[in-house]
Amino acid sequence: MKKTHIALLVLIAAAIVVLISYTGDLSSYETIASAKQKEGKFVNLIVKMDKSVPVQYDPVKDPNLLQFNVQDSLGSKISVVYHNTMPTDMEKSERLVLKGKVQGDVFECSSIVMKCPSKYKDNPNAMQDQPVTISN
Amino acid sequence: MNTIQFLDEHLFPGQLGYFLTILSLVASLVATYSFARAFFSKEISLRAQWEKLAKIAFFIESVAVVSCFVVLFYIIYNHLFEYKYAYTHSDKNLPYQYLLSCFWEGQEGSFLLWSFWHCVLGLILIATKKKWGDSFSGVMMVVSFVQFCLATMIVGLYIFDMKLGSSPFTLLREEMSWPILARPDYLQLIKDGTGLNTLLQNYWMVIHPPVLFLGFASTTIPFGFAVAGLLKKKHDWMDSCLPWATFSAGILGLGIMMGAAWAYESLTFGGYWAWDPVENASLVPWLTLVSAIHGCIIYRKTGASLKLTYLFFGISFLLVLYSTFLTRSGILGDTSVHAFTDLGMNAQLLGFLLIFVIPYFVLFFVRFKHMAEPQKEEAIDSREFWMLIGSLILFLSAVVIISITSIPVFNKIFGTKIAPPEDAAFAHNQVQVFVAIIIGLLTATGQYLKYKGTTKAFLVQKLKMPLLVTIVITAVVYIFVGVAFKEKGIGFEGAIYVAMFAAIYTIVANIFFWMTMQKAKLKSAGSSIGHIGFGMVLLGILISSSNKTVLSWNTTGISPLRVESGKSPVGNPRENITLFEGISTDMGKFMVTYVRDTFDNLDKRFFELKFIEKETQAAFFLYPDVLKNNKGMEGFSANPSSKHYWNKDIFVYVTSFQDNSKEDTTSFKPNQMAIGDSIFYSNGYIKLEKVLVNPNASRPAGTNELVLQLAVTSKEGLKYTASPGIVLEGMNLQSNVDTVKAQNLVLSFNKVIDQEKGTLEIGVKESSALTNLITLKAYEFPFINLLWLGVIIMTFGFGVATWSRASKLKEK
Repeated sequence: MKKTHIALLVLIAAAIVVLISYTGDLSSYETIASAKQKEGKFVNLIVKMDKSVPVQYDPVKDPNLLQFNVQDSLGSKISVVYHNTMPTDMEKSERLVLKGKVQGDVFECSSIVMKCPSKYKDNPNAMQDQPVTISN
Repeated sequence: MNTIQFLDEHLFPGQLGYFLTILSLVASLVATYSFARAFFSKEISLRAQWEKLAKIAFFIESVAVVSCFVVLFYIIYNHLFEYKYAYTHSDKNLPYQYLLSCFWEGQEGSFLLWSFWHCVLGLILIATKKKWGDSFSGVMMVVSFVQFCLATMIVGLYIFDMKLGSSPFTLLREEMSWPILARPDYLQLIKDGTGLNTLLQNYWMVIHPPVLFLGFASTTIPFGFAVAGLLKKKHDWMDSCLPWATFSAGILGLGIMMGAAWAYESLTFGGYWAWDPVENASLVPWLTLVSAIHGCIIYRKTGASLKLTYLFFGISFLLVLYSTFLTRSGILGDTSVHAFTDLGMNAQLLGFLLIFVIPYFVLFFVRFKHMAEPQKEEAIDSREFWMLIGSLILFLSAVVIISITSIPVFNKIFGTKIAPPEDAAFAHNQVQVFVAIIIGLLTATGQYLKYKGTTKAFLVQKLKMPLLVTIVITAVVYIFVGVAFKEKGIGFEGAIYVAMFAAIYTIVANIFFWMTMQKAKLKSAGSSIGHIGFGMVLLGILISSSNKTVLSWNTTGISPLRVESGKSPVGNPRENITLFEGISTDMGKFMVTYVRDTFDNLDKRFFELKFIEKETQAAFFLYPDVLKNNKGMEGFSANPSSKHYWNKDIFVYVTSFQDNSKEDTTSFKPNQMAIGDSIFYSNGYIKLEKVLVNPNASRPAGTNELVLQLAVTSKEGLKYTASPGIVLEGMNLQSNVDTVKAQNLVLSFNKVIDQEKGTLEIGVKESSALTNLITLKAYEFPFINLLWLGVIIMTFGFGVATWSRASKLKEK
């Protein structure tokens, strides 16, 4: 066997090891109920805002404290603490992807990805609902 | 039957556009077929005839694509909102320089841009036909076929109920079902378009997409050479291909880093690279293309690594298609913040990918055993051996990155619910830092190795000086800059130190190599300059990322009453600090004041922030801004602002703001107090410390003044002072209120209740409408200019390599 072939095999093995060790760090998408069972474990939740409870954010008191409530598609609810400012448009977004851990009764969130009706590019479906201002 | 006569519509540009897209579709198909006939025909006269026809077809196709481009731009420029593309991507207020950004905000426009670059490159190939030998018609066949596929993306035809492509020339009333669009005068009612996404209103967005798409388009040419070579079993195309490959790598690299510069300047994740799937998808073809270039050089010098070169060139282009699929199909949905939304073309996008992947790999494996490799083994002290190792490492690093990026695809196929790890960026960094170390060491040492083998004495003698200089510079960097990044443990910190050494070694060794071995000649400098730039990029990334510091570190909100058990569960955030208008706030090395805010004519709101460095008292201003979101979104998008020094950037952006627009309806609440008493307010307590009688010596004659000294302590432990007072002039009493803006407190000294007991009445008003405030984040990025300079130098190096290799072709 040539040295280059040995090197090739060693490197491919290294890449495979890297990928396998990476899978150990992977997290998962959970429902609120299953996240509660895995308290303290880093998970991803796909939820929407629970509008029945007002969002609490007061930059005068603490700009790094946002509290709000969410519910998932199965209807379970949880309150969320996010140590950061309130993302613009959060209340309008259809769907939130929250990353973080359940700690006691609350979800300690470390990042929020928002899915807005038209987040980055135009969305034809959202456009259909968009009212056009009529001025006669 | 549609019998309504719509008023004021401009239908001609759209009809012309439709015609042109169909023309380009047909012409590119004719060009593909004719170039293929020319490529495969053995008879010279027949080949010339087919080639002539093919060139005409390609020329017609180019005219059609360029005209399409012009027509679409005409529609946007003239605000013809009867067209959906103009309506959804632009508005009348948009400054002219951003009209081009509207063009590539949508998928259709960006496909057209990609297609446009293929035309330019194809025409250059045709004009310089003689240099490309037998491969010419094969390469053009591939280019024309890619053009055909791109044309299907924007043709917008329905074939048996299946939508083929999405046309940029559709009318709003054809696409939407709003009731008003049925009215003949609907255009009177549509006053303006929905505008360009506010994040894209940045000058980088005018130039980044064209450069990136030129990079994408140019990967087609080496791919074409590889296809032609595999088909004809002739591997003599490497010389012709190299200038195209170096050009492509240079432009693609520049395009990617322009995207990083855009992210740095206008996005607010506080950096230039986030390992976002969209970023990864464009980086990966660049890595494999660099591998391909090195494989190609090895083959030319030694005849080895032919198979890998074919694999690398092939996969570079295929990865461009794969990244197109990832970013445009909407499959990245939950993992990326900036992917295109689904246009319902997923099947077609997948087809576009597979129509190249499958035939290429079939062809590759059919030819596999015909690709002879030299019997003799590469020596372990030869340049080609280590170059090959380097190429393989880059390639495998690309494989690792794209595998991780493809998790959403994996989920889709297998129905799993796997999500990225907790610290997704670190998961990449901890692997890639080792890639950087090895590649850095190889690019430096590898230059001094000779093909076929190097003597040890030669290597020691030549490497002595570069190594010595590297050690000195590295020591200086360690001592004066160092690594501030400790969060991930000693192992990772150590790896960053080693990577810094490797990056500096790359820079120094390549400078020495060019000065001594290449006699400082520009023509042979391409590789040295490119590697120097690459080393600087690495060093810039390592230093700026590992020493990024948060200036706006906020300790308010960490209440002394709240017992924190060890580290916060969320890790670090708390990076936002609140600034009240007009009040100077302590922020690490600086005192920062939110001075005022202004609007420009586009409704962009600029906040004027005054920074005073505590040590030197040097002052400067920063103007981060926010722009009201459009497209039916509420809220604002923030644009950062940075102060550039030669060795660092101070980087600031507004995370939220609150206006003092509410009417102040609260009233003063009277409280009885004596000296030493405390009263509570909603967020803490107020203590009366002292009463001063006539503290101000220069008061007007006949007046008496009483001033209270109040100490305000908030729940968070912050202390403020307030001194409301009264002025007595005969029987006239004037009250001077004082405010603690940061606590929204207004305090007044109302009257003396009982002089003997010393009880006073103090009015306390808590008003949320007291002041304007913003919250912001501020970072310091040291030596980020090294990164940008490195990008420029690396691109220049690729340029020199392209120029010198292309001009060598002429000499043949």
